[in-house]
Amino acid sequence: MADFDAIVVGSGCAGPVAAYELAKAGRSVLVVERGNVCGAKNVSGGRLYTHSLRAVFPDFAQSAPLERRIVRERISMLASAAATTLDVSDELMRDQRYESYSVLRARFDPWLAGQAEQAGAEFVNGIAVESLLKQDGRVSGVRAGEDEITADVVLLCDGVNSLLVPQAVDAGRPTPDQVAVGIKHVIGLPEKVISDRSLCADGEGMAWLFVGDATQGRIGGGFLYTNRDTISIGLVATVSDLVDADTPIYQLLDDFKRHPSVAPMIAGGTVLEHSGHLVAEGGYDAMPPLVGDGVLLAGESALMCVNAGYTVRGMDFAIAAGQQAGRSAAAALEAGDTSATGLAGYRTALEDSFVLKDLKLLRRVPRFMENTPRIFGTYPALARDAMRSLFLVDGTPMNPVRRSMLPLARRVGYLNLARDLSRGVKAL
Amino acid sequence: MSGSDPITVNVEEYLGLNKYEVDEDHAHITLADHPDPAGFGQLVQVCPAALYTLSATGEPTFDYAGCLECGTCRIVAGGGVVATWAYPRPTMGVEYRYG
Repeated sequence: MADFDAIVVGSGCAGPVAAYELAKAGRSVLVVERGNVCGAKNVSGGRLYTHSLRAVFPDFAQSAPLERRIVRERISMLASAAATTLDVSDELMRDQRYESYSVLRARFDPWLAGQAEQAGAEFVNGIAVESLLKQDGRVSGVRAGEDEITADVVLLCDGVNSLLVPQAVDAGRPTPDQVAVGIKHVIGLPEKVISDRSLCADGEGMAWLFVGDATQGRIGGGFLYTNRDTISIGLVATVSDLVDADTPIYQLLDDFKRHPSVAPMIAGGTVLEHSGHLVAEGGYDAMPPLVGDGVLLAGESALMCVNAGYTVRGMDFAIAAGQQAGRSAAAALEAGDTSATGLAGYRTALEDSFVLKDLKLLRRVPRFMENTPRIFGTYPALARDAMRSLFLVDGTPMNPVRRSMLPLARRVGYLNLARDLSRGVKAL
Repeated sequence: MSGSDPITVNVEEYLGLNKYEVDEDHAHITLADHPDPAGFGQLVQVCPAALYTLSATGEPTFDYAGCLECGTCRIVAGGGVVATWAYPRPTMGVEYRYG
């Protein structure tokens, strides 16, 4: 007889939701979290699309510590001295179906854990799972310090840098081309100032992504999310590309914050926290097996993260996967078979949901980014120069637009332009 | 881009804003005795906490105390420069107040 029906390792987005589903199904479940409090070790950009949270907790908006509802999207191509920006505001961003919020994980995660606790899940904090217990080749529990705790099924929700995944399923650690390093500052500013600068009402905010000079030509990008009285600003850069860069990631962030198109947004603010985090960017083809004998993987431990360039998503995947992992584990426990075969319904369910469908659809994006370095340097500069030819007026006689634009296109080469465009369309 | 972009940011100052419980008795990341310079150079570029640095005389220096626990150096490993990588012991390390 095992100590618990289920053990969940890690209390981020996936873990508590899985534990909530198991507890709701009447199962005994223990969540083991190495942070002193839930969220203490967790970092995201972060913006949460709430569709999957709503599917678990329909009334989340009444009590969840969310920062601002995002009602303005900006994407900038950043070149030296200039930004060319797409700015989108849309009433439908306020529609329940599409709602997204900026979040700070040290506030959000304890709330999420609280939902699972109220449903009957047990939590232990400040305990790290050092290794998995195995019996006859199947996962049978966890080892933490002197303690061995057994369970019929273990759910690994321990994040992108999981030391346990290689013990659980046939997978190595991610390779440097499959992950990006994220760096972020949380900057304090008065609530009203943030609202005004982002052209938003209090309670509502902006998500702003940057490509180009943010990473000084390296594969990656910048982000800025407005929180209630803070701004999250940072960079994400593919590790395999960054290793031979001229500028370390922390200096890239400093340069990015001082870019003339970015600096006014955070002017006068106070840096409150400096954080770092790995981001899974390898897409579908980098994912480990989701199921093993006695074990399931959900969230970033399974590298469930999608970067389409214009949207970056991980938390809504983790929540949806956590929900499904909890339900599939409960069903397997009910049927008395938590072998890989008994748990296989988890993968099938994710294949029918956006989780694996979106990951599959965008599976070519990581390779496209890698093979199209012009996105990160040439094109933002091209956009800048095109806009200069339109908007800068000094009284010299104008050129017809086609005569000022054609040399710009020729600079890249029509063939390259056509090829990059066609590849991009295919990847998306 | 030049090969010698100046470092103008003081990361240590930023790390000073974070909340840490530093495990003085136990280094959770250890390096090889004689780190390969090229591999070490890779870690200098990617570590968001600037824990891998080269001194004015070009000597590699490393301090685990300000670690953000992202795991990037574990993935890069710098051609064997990172000898062992574990999370800090329970209750130790960074404690994000915003995340």
